[in-house]
Amino acid sequence: MPTSKAEVLQGTLDLLLLKTLDSMGPMHGFGIALRIQQVSKDLLQLNQGTLYPALLRLEQRGWIASKWGVSENNRKAKYYSLTRAGRKQLAEEAESWDRMSAMINRVLRTT
Amino acid sequence: MREFCRVSMRRVAALFRRRHLDEDLDAELRSHVEMAAERNMRGGMSAEDARREALCSFGGVEKTKEFYRDRRGLRMIETTLQDVRFGFRMLRRSPGFSTLVILCLTLGIGANAAVFSWVEGVLFRPYPLVSHQERLLAVTGTSLGDSSPAPLSWPDFLDLQKNCKLTDSFFVSKIMGVTLGIGDRAEVVTGSIVSANYFDALGIRPILGRGFEPGEDSGRNAHPVTVISYQLWKDRFNGDPQVIGETQRLNGVMHTIVGVAPQRFYGTFVGWAMKFWVPVSMEEIFEAGGYKLEDRGARWIEGYVRMKPGVTREQAQEEISAIAKRLEADYPATNRGRGIKLWPLWQTPFNNANTLLPTLGIMLAVVAFVLLIACANIANLLLVRSFARRHEMTVRFALGCGRGRLLRQLLTEGVILATLGAAGGFIVAYWCRHALVLLFPARGGVAMYLPGELDWRVLALSAVVCLIATLLLGLVPAIQARSINLAGALNAETAGVVGGHGKTWVRSGLVLVQVSLSFVLLVGTVLLLQSLQKIRTASPGFSTRAVLNTSVDLISAGYNAGRARNLQNELIDRVRALPGVESAAFARTTPLGYKPYSSTPIAVDGYQPPPGEQPTVDYNEVGPEYFVTMGIPIVSGREFARADDEKSALVAVVNETMAAQFWRGGDPIGKRVQVKGRWMRVIGVAKDAKYESVRELPKPFFYVPLRQNFAIQPGLNIRTSLSARVMAATLTREVHALDANLALYEVITLQEQLDRSTSPQQAAVTLVGVLGGLAVLLAAIGLYGVMSYAVSQSSRELGLRMVLGAGGSDLMRLVMLRGLALTGGGVVLGGAVALGLTRLMGYLLYKVSPHDPLAFGSAFVVMMIASFAACFLPAWRASRTDPARALRG
Repeated sequence: MPTSKAEVLQGTLDLLLLKTLDSMGPMHGFGIALRIQQVSKDLLQLNQGTLYPALLRLEQRGWIASKWGVSENNRKAKYYSLTRAGRKQLAEEAESWDRMSAMINRVLRTT
Repeated sequence: MREFCRVSMRRVAALFRRRHLDEDLDAELRSHVEMAAERNMRGGMSAEDARREALCSFGGVEKTKEFYRDRRGLRMIETTLQDVRFGFRMLRRSPGFSTLVILCLTLGIGANAAVFSWVEGVLFRPYPLVSHQERLLAVTGTSLGDSSPAPLSWPDFLDLQKNCKLTDSFFVSKIMGVTLGIGDRAEVVTGSIVSANYFDALGIRPILGRGFEPGEDSGRNAHPVTVISYQLWKDRFNGDPQVIGETQRLNGVMHTIVGVAPQRFYGTFVGWAMKFWVPVSMEEIFEAGGYKLEDRGARWIEGYVRMKPGVTREQAQEEISAIAKRLEADYPATNRGRGIKLWPLWQTPFNNANTLLPTLGIMLAVVAFVLLIACANIANLLLVRSFARRHEMTVRFALGCGRGRLLRQLLTEGVILATLGAAGGFIVAYWCRHALVLLFPARGGVAMYLPGELDWRVLALSAVVCLIATLLLGLVPAIQARSINLAGALNAETAGVVGGHGKTWVRSGLVLVQVSLSFVLLVGTVLLLQSLQKIRTASPGFSTRAVLNTSVDLISAGYNAGRARNLQNELIDRVRALPGVESAAFARTTPLGYKPYSSTPIAVDGYQPPPGEQPTVDYNEVGPEYFVTMGIPIVSGREFARADDEKSALVAVVNETMAAQFWRGGDPIGKRVQVKGRWMRVIGVAKDAKYESVRELPKPFFYVPLRQNFAIQPGLNIRTSLSARVMAATLTREVHALDANLALYEVITLQEQLDRSTSPQQAAVTLVGVLGGLAVLLAAIGLYGVMSYAVSQSSRELGLRMVLGAGGSDLMRLVMLRGLALTGGGVVLGGAVALGLTRLMGYLLYKVSPHDPLAFGSAFVVMMIASFAACFLPAWRASRTDPARALRG
């Protein structure tokens, strides 16, 4: 698999989305964007619009499911939730992220 | 992998719910922005600022949507759908253009597909229901020093069947015209004498009863059984399921029906649909010349082989030639100099595949030409349109439409046109698939049967033709689109010049091609017309106008030789006594008919044939006054008289070629010739005539008296000034006066007989003529298009010329000359092509040189007239140019 910069970032975004849904339960797009921003302490400048194609991609792969619902302010919103396949995928991606960052850390420390 | 499938499936599914999903997306994004704005307001912003901030951090709603859509569905399919929809809209907006293009394509592709279907149905896969026809071959005999294929004998056939290792089966099928007894009337139908393995070898399973059983093809007259065709079963027996075991009178002999063939099985003789089949053991009932199954010298069989899978024709031929060699050694008396030859089905020499091969070959070339001309026309139309659409293209280009996308749009439009044209073409082909038979008149009351076959091969080939046409259609405007440049976009197109070259060269080139192709077709048409004329007017060596021919059905009425003889004597006397009848005579075989002549090996006193050669000559059994009736001059001696009967000495009349060949210029009168073991004395020499075909070369031929060589059912020739219709009524009365149960065959003039024998030429002339006319029309339309476009584009120049003193007639001449020059160029090009191509028509030409100046000359005149007509309107318009308006605009 080619590991261009965009690819890595995209993979990272996937991981963030899956993790967010895993820990927060079903959420709408705006909520997810907000959450990621808060958790990353505003360090991650997310162009919120790019969120939606990413969500679509995850849905197409069957990792998340979507359903229309009503928000806390009584507004109609689409809620995303993690599927069983998504949970599995999250575990795999988290593990490979750990492996990857551990490896990079080791490389950085030894040189 | 599974994941990929799931994603693909979702994407495809998304294609069909686009509108719904779009609304969904809108709602979702809207709710996002509103929630963000709400939150910002809670943080203390004004409503306006809150909304702007929300939109900013979202980063471009429309862009997101576009991005989202790309990911959601299949972009390529979506844009293609878009292209198709847009294409249809464009075509609807210029209905004249679209109709013309689709019509041209329909004609071009329809003509091609129809001819393909004829070639498939007549030449390559002539026998519906029969599987693996590519493994079938026709088999005939050959004889030394004679290139024409000869029949085989039954004993030879049995030896082949026994000894060939590379073939699955040999089977025999010999066509015959048979009198079918239907209650009190009789009808002529075609049937086949076949070997017992016939149905098994073809893989045809009768729908009722059985095929023939092994052994049913041996024993003299031992198995009067028949398998009838589906058609006969329906017509004659009303589809009676109990028909097995019934009897049917065939040539006067009762046959038991043992089977009914399936619906689409018509036998194995291209051109005719068989009504029934009988085993060869019954041969004597249907064939002239007595019982022949045990005679190795009697050659009458036509047959086929089915090769084993994987065997080539060359291998099979090698094996069969070896067997023929062995037969030559084993039976020198009958087989010396005899070989056996295999033919691919499409070259089968003994049925209409052979007759139609050259016609269909030429048809293929002709329809290809017509398609090319049609494509050139379409290309021209597209070019004009692409000029007209230049502005639109430029605007789209300027708005950011990619060059590739623009090209794809143009190609899509081409594909739409081609698809519609092809659909129309297939409908035309479907209508025309059985049209070939319309060009061939019924013979002897039996209609020919020449089905086209629109199977997947034909469709595939037509699709390929269509694909090529599409590429052409798409490419022309595509090349044009390449030259779009944005800078010059909004400048008006620079005015053209009538005499100028510039961009019009493509269109002029296309017209040049069209004119040259149609010129070739015209030359071909004229050549064929000339040969048909020559054939029709060539003297066949006998009178054609004032002589009628018919026959009386004695066989099915159950006449034996004795009764038939008496009836013939009485009838001829009555006919001769009729008012308006000059003379009348019987003859076993009618010239140029499809009933074959008797043929015999001959010996002549004092003539030593070259070693290894056994001269074989055709002859006819004729009654007294035959030569007078037919108008064949006797050059010396006398013709047959009533006195030349059973009791008197055997006599013969030879033709001039035979006299020259066997008596070497000496007078044959009084000399002897041996026919089938009997010596006959020559009493006269007749002028040469045509016997089997108008196109044949002079060949030796002789006549013997019918009374000394009896035939039960001869043809009756009558010299009279009365019409065939009047004569038919009178004759029926006379025949019924003798025996009310007798049936009279069709009464026709010998001219009619001659015309029927030239039907392949007639068919070729009709087809090539129709398509040639179509081609000229298309070319004229093309020329018209180019000229009128040139005139409309150069009105400024024309106006200028007028201001400078040119008169209307000068301008008219200018435009006319330009158009005629184009035609002239096309004619020169076409002439060169035609000189090379017409030689290929050799077989269909008769006494006409393929380079006949008259043909080229008249084609030139027609082409010139057509182009004159095509250029006239544009030229006239040019002459009416209003200089004031032209120069201002």
